[in-house]
Amino acid sequence: MLGVSFARIGAVFLKELIQMRRDRLTFGMIIGIPVLQLVLFGFAINSDPKHLPTAVNVQDPSVYSRTLVRALENSGYFRVTNIVKGEREGAALLASGSVAFVVTVPPEFSRELARGDRPQILIEADASDPAAAANAVAAVAQLPSTVFNRELTGALAPLRSTPPPFEIVVHRRYNPEGISSYNVVPGLIGVILTMTMVLITALAVTREVERGTMENLLAMPLKPFEVMAGKILPYIFMGYIQVTVVLVAARLLFGVPMLGSYFELSIALALFIAANLSIGFTISTIAANQLQAMQMTFFFFLPSILLSGFMFPFRGMPEWAQWIGSILPNTHFMRIVRGVMLKGSHLGDMVADLWPLAAFMLAAMTIALMRYRRTLD
Amino acid sequence: MTATLAIDVSELTKSFGTRKVVDKFSIQVPRGQVWGFLGPNGSGKTTTIRMLCGLLLPDSGTGTCLGYDIKSQASEIKRNVGYMTQKFSFYEDLSIRENLDFVARIYEMADRKRVVDQAIERLGLVERQQQLAGTLSGGWKQRLALAACILHRPQLLLLDEPTAGVDPQARREFWDEIHQLAAQGLTVLVSTHYMDEAERCDRIVYLAYGTVLARGTVAEVIEGSTLSTWIVTGSDVRTLAGELHGCEGIDQVSVFGVTLHVSGRDAEKLERAIAPFRARTEFTWEKSSPSLEDVFIHLMAPFRARLTG
Ligand SMILES: Nc1ncnc2c1ncn2[C@@H]1O[C@H](COP(=O)(O)OP(=O)(O)O)[C@@H](O)[C@H]1O
Ligand SMILES: [Mg+2]
Repeated sequence: MLGVSFARIGAVFLKELIQMRRDRLTFGMIIGIPVLQLVLFGFAINSDPKHLPTAVNVQDPSVYSRTLVRALENSGYFRVTNIVKGEREGAALLASGSVAFVVTVPPEFSRELARGDRPQILIEADASDPAAAANAVAAVAQLPSTVFNRELTGALAPLRSTPPPFEIVVHRRYNPEGISSYNVVPGLIGVILTMTMVLITALAVTREVERGTMENLLAMPLKPFEVMAGKILPYIFMGYIQVTVVLVAARLLFGVPMLGSYFELSIALALFIAANLSIGFTISTIAANQLQAMQMTFFFFLPSILLSGFMFPFRGMPEWAQWIGSILPNTHFMRIVRGVMLKGSHLGDMVADLWPLAAFMLAAMTIALMRYRRTLD
Repeated sequence: MTATLAIDVSELTKSFGTRKVVDKFSIQVPRGQVWGFLGPNGSGKTTTIRMLCGLLLPDSGTGTCLGYDIKSQASEIKRNVGYMTQKFSFYEDLSIRENLDFVARIYEMADRKRVVDQAIERLGLVERQQQLAGTLSGGWKQRLALAACILHRPQLLLLDEPTAGVDPQARREFWDEIHQLAAQGLTVLVSTHYMDEAERCDRIVYLAYGTVLARGTVAEVIEGSTLSTWIVTGSDVRTLAGELHGCEGIDQVSVFGVTLHVSGRDAEKLERAIAPFRARTEFTWEKSSPSLEDVFIHLMAPFRARLTG
């Protein structure tokens, strides 16, 4: 652009930086929101479903099998809905989704147990909802060493010591490695950035209007691009701080791996953050006050979280929703992040998602610049 | 540019919606003069000033500021004009020094640090330079705003009610500074509600509801009003005021402590009206020229009648 002055961009940049530092609440929010969302989505929303329908296939009815089934039910995760005869019946129930687990007590279980042969109990889990299966499986891990304490008395008492008298073997079906926080946490980077970046720029400009400092800003020889660049740059750094917080938390809390390169991720990030900041800037040219800016931000945020493939699988959405989704920067960024972190993809593999992101950013910036008021009219 | 007129605009008109806020406004202000801009609230002073510095586009009319066209050369005007807004519009969450530094950076001043240091010294705020602007009192905020608008050494200053709500001592110092700046060749257009400030201006322009009602030196404006005024002194002028109110030929009666200003448009009618009262011995009557305030209130009379009637 003609006659753009880096000194003036620097002036605005510095001013924003100082104001950001003084505004403790906003600063706290910027760190707090990622942590809060991470915990909410990572732990709470991947909730801990209980009383999951369970089929039992008892091939050796005895006091042990009855105690075991009762213990499973007492754990809170299993609710016996079906008693089946034979493997095939149990597999069919699992496949149709009628039950989440099939528990099989093999023939000769009580005799092998008494002999100290450590027989195996098989739990087949429908792992297509990995969070649900994971918690239930974790809950039964302690069962073998304690569940038969009351039954193992007299001559059998020595069996109570380690190793436990029997084993539980878990087979995950349909999604053997599906660990959902791997999928959710990278997606959260996009969601968190969409929310905070859009909101923060929308507020930063609207605040100038509301406090009356806009009049002064307009009375000075500042070009719209200089104001925009100066206001956007500090928040790009802010965005990187947030991403760092999420990445560290993803590693420490959920053990999410990073297979790709941080450098490539940060390039895609710059594009994505700038796209969101431009949207925020555009909102600020429309909103009359901070409340309106906030409402418009949420108007943009909702489809970004619902239609981007974060909440629901993208391919499963109706066509119109996919169409809206593919305009949104979050949709493409989410694929890039998941690709880089979980599959170790390179940017070169993801041109199909990079160019819509770049196009969106350019369009949003152009609209923001065109709409930026040069006068008070 | 070396135009001899700092401001030269004619027929500026501005409406908001269907309401005409400024109607055919014209002034020519020579360089180096201090002009006062008066008028009741909502008469269009702020709107006019905003048009002069390129913050609002006039609907019609033409003109230049410092030789630059107000419609097409707004950025040149912004570089050379200092505009002090009616409402404090620097950053309350920035310190005094940070605000000044911000302005100096925007104007890309080469000797930034020195300029800011000097401004802070002139303000006498060296010790408090790290204090947030939002914690300053009204008078100090105004002085900071003035310091910030003259930082880039503008040739024209537009001050919008710079002394509203400021104590008399601070007002006087503020005006001393304005005259010092004018002596260095700066042109100043300042809007105000204070009569004593109007009297310190080279020329005044009186605006009411978008139209200029009077202009010229203070003497010229008083002269042009054709208003006659008598000043009455006595022990109980308040009772007298009540009696005089509404008498044929008397347009204005106002009490100033122990004196009373009695004015009328028509000198002869006024004299006839007060004749019976002059016979009383407890008051002394003295013919005088009206004060600026008498004139302004007189100028507004037709509008008041329209608004209340
Ligand atoms: N941006 C605006 N939109 C609509 N009306 C406005 C705007 N700015 C000023 N006005 C109206 O124009 C009139 C003149 O305002 P202003 O120029 O601020 O007067 P003054 O400065 O003399 O008090 C007022 O009635 C005000 O309400
Ligand atoms: Mg005003």
